[in-house]
Amino acid sequence: MTRGVRGRVPETLQLRGHAAPRGPEKRQLVIGLTPLTDAAPILVARDHGFFARHGLEVTLSVEPSWANVRDKLAAGAFDAAHLLAPVALALTLGAGPLECPIVTAMSLGANGNAITVSRALRRRLGETACDASLADPMEAARALGRAIARDRARGAPRLRLATVFPFSMHAYALRYWLAAAGIDPERDVELLVVPPPRMVERLAAGGIDGFCVGEPWSTLAVQRGVGSLLLPTHAIWSNAPEKVLGVTQDWAERHPATHCALVAALLEAAAFCDAPEHRDEIAHGLVRSGVVAAPLPALLPSLRGILLRDDGIAPPEPEALPEFHVFHRQAASFPWRSHAAWMLVQMLRWGQLEKPLDVRAAAAAVYRSDLHREAAELVGMSAPLADEKREGAAPAPWTTPGTLGPIAMGAERFFDGTVFDPHDVVGALARCEVAHPLVRLDELAAAQRS
Amino acid sequence: MRDEHLRIVLIDEKPDRSDALERALAAEGYCVVARLSGRDDLRRRLGELAADVVIVDMQSPDRDVLEDMHRLHRENPRPIVMFVDESDSESIRAAVRAGVSAYVVDGAKDRRVRPILEVAIARFREFQALRSELDAARTTLAERKGIERAKGLLMAKRGVSEEEAYRLMRKMAMDQKRKLSDVAEQVIALAELL
Repeated sequence: MTRGVRGRVPETLQLRGHAAPRGPEKRQLVIGLTPLTDAAPILVARDHGFFARHGLEVTLSVEPSWANVRDKLAAGAFDAAHLLAPVALALTLGAGPLECPIVTAMSLGANGNAITVSRALRRRLGETACDASLADPMEAARALGRAIARDRARGAPRLRLATVFPFSMHAYALRYWLAAAGIDPERDVELLVVPPPRMVERLAAGGIDGFCVGEPWSTLAVQRGVGSLLLPTHAIWSNAPEKVLGVTQDWAERHPATHCALVAALLEAAAFCDAPEHRDEIAHGLVRSGVVAAPLPALLPSLRGILLRDDGIAPPEPEALPEFHVFHRQAASFPWRSHAAWMLVQMLRWGQLEKPLDVRAAAAAVYRSDLHREAAELVGMSAPLADEKREGAAPAPWTTPGTLGPIAMGAERFFDGTVFDPHDVVGALARCEVAHPLVRLDELAAAQRS
Repeated sequence: MRDEHLRIVLIDEKPDRSDALERALAAEGYCVVARLSGRDDLRRRLGELAADVVIVDMQSPDRDVLEDMHRLHRENPRPIVMFVDESDSESIRAAVRAGVSAYVVDGAKDRRVRPILEVAIARFREFQALRSELDAARTTLAERKGIERAKGLLMAKRGVSEEEAYRLMRKMAMDQKRKLSDVAEQVIALAELL
């Protein structure tokens, strides 16, 4: 069931380059988005005139499901969409029910997700580990492993953990975290999907024991006294990618100047969103516009760089996490091809891809760092010169060379100390002790040509 | 009976629409075995019901729950999103425009399911049309109320008769090439400012 929507083949994946400033081919655009804090740059671009400044008139369509965003983007009902980064890859490869080549010239930010468990489960974790150590992802996962072992010994049902979509960084971060502690996410727990706005009620009703979701839903669960925020996903992979601005390849080919203007406007909006003095205003905007149907106090903490963590008994303590949301600085807007390669390896690892593929070539076809640089140039912003990097290889802040000068980068680290080299995807997959791939390693190795 | 073996489940929070769809399907010989809401544990219920086809309102966030079941074919039924004909993006557009999507559980053949989705698209469209008519009627009512209020304000402020107030607004509308209701809004906004 994975025939192409447009029947296009990968030969057309290379777009011709275009000299940036000329009038957009299309000025009135519809952008699809989902009710999450990290949709902020799109809303800000509309409400603070960044789209208008680039000659664009944008209508926003807030969608209740990722499936809607995907289908409407593929069907041409949207010009562009706030898309889970792995959905851009899955849609291009036909890994889900539809196949439609997507390109992205911009990441919409880093981090922003957290793992939250029921207060009851949090108290159980506290029985076998001291509270201070549970802030360490490995200690927390081991404590969870002990709870799972005890449940199994007494014949209790498996813990139910929810994410937002099978192709999502939430799912990959949660699975990565569990697997690093030897917990098989396919067998030892029950993973399921719950739409973000329903997470808190399902946790309260006992239908699930925990979830990994974007803000404001973890903070809301904590504030309602329903859940305990266990870990921000920043603790699993710091400064990890999250959403992208996705357009169909066909649309990008027909509207190169519009695409460039759109990304340029969003780059300016993302930079605006990073300023601490704008963060409260952003929270107000998201609530007032009806984009996020949650109370304002649920949006403020994460946008102010504050994490509310508790032990399942006492009220939560605020902790500083300045990188809870990073919209633009540290090259957070840049579509690193190594991000895409990492996600593709996770898709292989968990049996979401059935056929071998050239991972770096697939990443390069979707992640158009070249188009990003053109848009960045238009607004005088420096963009990284490299297309990819070794992920998780920066224990401390570092700098990367950029088109208009060096760019300050944040620390990038996987909690288990792994370094992901996009040139060695076969090795990366081979080293995964817990994995359920459908593709054989030798077949995968033979497919790596780029 | 055209196909009594296909078990259809509707997920739609609008009871009047799902009533109509259920009736339309029954008239074609199809059987709706259950109507579920997002508050149900969909994974468990769909398994218990042995559903073959699931029709979902696109306004429901539960589409993503069904998408995930794709992954669970070993232990669960495996619903796959379907459009009338996947190779034809126009059919995807038709479903998207009507605001309905359908999932087919493993084994149910496209050809058997296609007419069901066509009925669903038609019903959803009908409701959309009804809704926009209602919206239009509501807008007209609201506009008429605004015009009445603006007329009252003009009568009070300028001490003119009702006909004179109406004539003034008509003239403003014609001079500014705007709708009468927009002029009324402007009059009300100005009055509120003062």
